[in-house]
Amino acid sequence: MVETLLFVVMALVAIAGAALVVLARNPVYSALGLLGTLLSVAVLYVVQLAHMVAAVQVIVYAGAVLTLFLFVIMLIGVDKDEPSRDETLPFQRWIVGGVAAVIVLFAAGLTLFGDFDWVPAASSDVLPEATNGTIEAIAEPLFTDWVLAFEATALLLTIAAAGAIALAHYRRREG
Amino acid sequence: MVDPGWYMGLAAVLFTIGSLGLLVRRNALVMFMCIELMLNAVNLTLISAGRALGDINGQVAVFFILVVAAAEVVVGLAIIVSIFRLRSTASVDELSELRG
Repeated sequence: MVETLLFVVMALVAIAGAALVVLARNPVYSALGLLGTLLSVAVLYVVQLAHMVAAVQVIVYAGAVLTLFLFVIMLIGVDKDEPSRDETLPFQRWIVGGVAAVIVLFAAGLTLFGDFDWVPAASSDVLPEATNGTIEAIAEPLFTDWVLAFEATALLLTIAAAGAIALAHYRRREG
Repeated sequence: MVDPGWYMGLAAVLFTIGSLGLLVRRNALVMFMCIELMLNAVNLTLISAGRALGDINGQVAVFFILVVAAAEVVVGLAIIVSIFRLRSTASVDELSELRG
């Protein structure tokens, strides 16, 4: 009962935040809408016993990524209305977007209401404790089965940081 | 217990809104936020599927996606800033040539 209530409320908040991201003219409002979506998704993680992932979501996404977004928005200035003077694609955007939305929502409807055996959702023999995402439970497969991928992410983060610094120091060559 | 299919449906809706925004908006920053939205929808799907299957590896996969998303944001925003330095705009429609 509590889970149902939480799911309904948080799903509505998440969808409203996502709509705000797309619809807001001002990028700052978009960032705040994204924040609402990220936090409500984090609550949905907790509901599904993914505690560690929810904490990381709040710290990394809502903390670091959103701050970075807002920082860049402030840095390059908020151009409120996107220039519409030389609109090269007046209505094609909305057509393509609408078609894509229909396709994805069709797939979503199939998942929700179709008879899909590959979603073993209804099987009640799965114990909820099996996916209790404590730090130990996440770390055990992370440092045994996926240790190579873990090392690769270390490399990835180093390359990303170095690349960002290189981009920030890039100067246009004169002449 | 809410059926995991509902979580996946919510994730699909979020993914749809994200992809719609990516196609419709022109501000590079907002397009970037839409990509984050789509990544989050996939994360929600993975966690729901992991719970349905009783497999902790779904959450481990989400962990990796978070790392990749963080790296992507760092590099992407650096690119947007350096584009803005050259062009004084964040609109992707203005970027119509390869020359810097």
